[in-house]
Amino acid sequence: MTSELANPQTLSALDRPNSYIGKAVPRPNLDRLMQGRGLYVSDIELPRMAYAVFLRSPHAHARIVGIETSAAKQMPGVIAVVSGRELSTVVTPWVGVLSHLKGLKSAPQSAIAVDRVCWQGEAVAAVVAASRAQAEDAAEHVSVKYEELHAVTDMRTALDPATPVIHASLGDNLAFERIHDAGAVDQAFAESDEVFEAEFVFGRHTGVTLEPRAVVADWSAAEAKLTIYQGTQAPHMVQNIAALHLGLKESQVRVVCKDVGGSFGIKVHIYADEMATYALSKLLRRPVKFVADRVESFNTDIHARDHRCRGKIGVKRDGTIMAFEIDDLTGIGPYSMYPRTSAIEANQVVNLVGGPYVTGNYRARARVVFQNKNVMCQYRAVGHPIACSVTEGLVDLAAMKIAMDPVEIRRRNLIADDAYPCASPSGLRFEQLSHHAALAKLVQMMDYDALRAEQAALRVKNIHRGIGIASFIEVTNPSAAFYGVGGAKISSQDGVAVRLDAQGSVICQTSITEQGQGSESLTAQIVGSVLGVSMDRVRVILGDTDNTPYGGGTWASRGAGIGGEAALQAAKVLRKNILDVAAVVLQSTPSELDIVNNAVVNVVDGAPRIDLSELARIVYFRPDTLPPGIQPELMATRHFVPRNYPFAFTNGVQASWLELDPDTGFVKLLKHWVVEDCGTIINPQLVDEQIRGGVVQGLGAALFEKCVYDERGQLTNANMADYLVPMSGEMPDIDVGHVVSPTLESELGAKGAGEAGTAGAAAAVTNAVNDALRPFGTIITEIPLTPQVILTALGRI
Amino acid sequence: MTATIAIALSVNGELVEANVLPRLNLADFLREHLKLTGTHVGCEHGVCGACTVRVNGDIVRSCLMLAVQTHKAAIETIEGVSDSGEIADLQSAFRERNALQCGFCTPGMLMAAQDLLKQSPCPDRERIREHLSGNYCRCTGYQAIVDAIESTAWARTGRRP
Repeated sequence: MTSELANPQTLSALDRPNSYIGKAVPRPNLDRLMQGRGLYVSDIELPRMAYAVFLRSPHAHARIVGIETSAAKQMPGVIAVVSGRELSTVVTPWVGVLSHLKGLKSAPQSAIAVDRVCWQGEAVAAVVAASRAQAEDAAEHVSVKYEELHAVTDMRTALDPATPVIHASLGDNLAFERIHDAGAVDQAFAESDEVFEAEFVFGRHTGVTLEPRAVVADWSAAEAKLTIYQGTQAPHMVQNIAALHLGLKESQVRVVCKDVGGSFGIKVHIYADEMATYALSKLLRRPVKFVADRVESFNTDIHARDHRCRGKIGVKRDGTIMAFEIDDLTGIGPYSMYPRTSAIEANQVVNLVGGPYVTGNYRARARVVFQNKNVMCQYRAVGHPIACSVTEGLVDLAAMKIAMDPVEIRRRNLIADDAYPCASPSGLRFEQLSHHAALAKLVQMMDYDALRAEQAALRVKNIHRGIGIASFIEVTNPSAAFYGVGGAKISSQDGVAVRLDAQGSVICQTSITEQGQGSESLTAQIVGSVLGVSMDRVRVILGDTDNTPYGGGTWASRGAGIGGEAALQAAKVLRKNILDVAAVVLQSTPSELDIVNNAVVNVVDGAPRIDLSELARIVYFRPDTLPPGIQPELMATRHFVPRNYPFAFTNGVQASWLELDPDTGFVKLLKHWVVEDCGTIINPQLVDEQIRGGVVQGLGAALFEKCVYDERGQLTNANMADYLVPMSGEMPDIDVGHVVSPTLESELGAKGAGEAGTAGAAAAVTNAVNDALRPFGTIITEIPLTPQVILTALGRI
Repeated sequence: MTATIAIALSVNGELVEANVLPRLNLADFLREHLKLTGTHVGCEHGVCGACTVRVNGDIVRSCLMLAVQTHKAAIETIEGVSDSGEIADLQSAFRERNALQCGFCTPGMLMAAQDLLKQSPCPDRERIREHLSGNYCRCTGYQAIVDAIESTAWARTGRRP
């Protein structure tokens, strides 16, 4: 549609006749989903399956005095009512820490609370019955006596000596602190012509996957094997952790992941109620299903953001940015989430602030504190929207101070496109970014000068429009530096097995997973292109620990860059093996042969020599006709993990054009632009749609989405009517453009694109709102930008 | 325990007779009793639109309707309108435009889109966005869905963009 490649790159191994690389081919197997014939976990039923519901704490913090279950056990259809203490005989507790996040601490968390509940929504008992309705009926007859404890809810006072400590064994409510100091920050501020400071406030929000979290756990006592059907982004991680805490070997656990109704980072964690469901299946020796209802989703799906970040920038009158300084505070609920921990977001904020810019002067502190609210952890674009909003907000406000155009101040400070490789002030290594090319393209796409003229003309008529720009960097293709080095058994490598079947079609098994991003499509595109096989002959198997190579899965924008490279390398080996045997059969040499359109052809004249189906027939059914000593291998497996760079950084820039109504505080989004650089683009349509979907999630955070807690730790808007998400009528059309700087870390050259949209959308909107507010002499550094926030800033309420 | 109530209705053109509890909603009846799992349950309180089906020709949220209210009614679900070919062109446009990612909202989205195109053959983008405002999609950002519906409307009415 609107996308175009600025400088398309060609790739030797992939630059072949009929290559699918760089083409907007439709994803395979969409009919299944469009005809209502998908298989989401919520659709799965097994023989003897029972349904679990969880009785959840109404208090944010309370001691469990007693649980009375006898009445519930007499209810129709009830199979069991299980408390946390009873379940603890089956599943062990866990602690969400990583050794490379120095000082990170947390307390043991149980599948079902034992003795004490630490947030409103923590499970205190499970009721298992023949139907979900019967289990819900019985749950009403479980009586729990609580003794309410003080709820720690305000992150700003969580560390005060007067505030009770949530976990006495930890000594205080500080989960993690990181301090970073680079360059000569004090001197840089002293030498600045203007220094600007502000506090940036980010609401707590959540992913709202349209399909709630769901799991079917099936313990076969006869086989001593647990099969877990779950919508997860990381099947092998779930396998490892389920085995670890249920006292099993990984070989006794199979994780199957069919269709997943949205994930966005929500479904990459280990949740207490899911662990409880695995344990209930083992305890009751039958399949047990748990599907969260929407209220449970709001109360127990991980929340994200909830930061208060003081930011400071120093700038010269010529626009030179002298230094950044931040002090970030975030509240993560009562436990650090398992196994990825809840310190990663704050850590990312420290990593990413100031990242697009030249200045080396950067000081940061981040503190992560416990609270009696729902757990918080990594959700799409972890830390990026915070870092981008703070950085880009400060840059715009500095520009305002020195009366410089927002585009111009960025031109003067973004790292030059020919300065790579280089490092950020927080020590991140950049291989190749393209901030200036991206900004130039954005300015052209949005016709910046015309838009400024339109804005000025409308302002005279009391119509208040704003333009907001936000440059960003994005962490993609994470190596073991993310989790593995900290001791978590979360694989950073992925594997792909490719085989030619007996009719000349291709079957790929990949360890990356599909939640709609297009993992299946990109794998088929790469394999089809390398092998010379049409995509309709390529079938991709994913989401099954028994039937795929070992690997990380799909998260942190890693599927295309890491899983895609493994697919490329596996297909290259299979291609060589096919040509080797074809040369024998055809009495030729491999170098004289190629594979095009499902047939082996002559390199010289393209003349077809033998169909792959015929070659496969000979190999599989008439190997007796091959010369002695020839053993064809029509299956190949390769794995890949980046080794040179801890992360493949991408970059981009977004712009928002909106209209603000100063009487109502409403913001109308008129248009949004994104230019991003994810390296080699395998399927431009899929990349564009990742960007658009990511932008809209960022726009939700910017304008609507917030988990509203009261001072007692009660979530007051835990339903879809009160928690607002973007709807089609409020969203603008989004134009997407690309700059292409492939990573040299892999032959494919692809970096990730899943989080770029979310990374910068809120920053662009906030900057646009502040641009629209200029005539009113006020600025806002808080999201969501609700009418209440805007009218308050305008002094109208 | 409340007694079940006998109902008889047409589902995708087939006669269905069942005894259901009065509290059973239509979405659960379709999914759990008839195994028509294409009707999805996203919020169970009538906001997200994933459970949209047709009852006597009108689209409704099946989580907000009781199964007993559908006695003698004609229900059409995503499975029915797919098999009849009624929305084949719309589905094709969704495929070409990648107007779905996880696909969980898609059956409800297609039911709502077809409803719009029957009421209003040539809707502009604003009208399309307005009509879809009761159907949440968390993956796509909506633009591809609007594009697919717009192009289907053009094709059905023989117009060109």
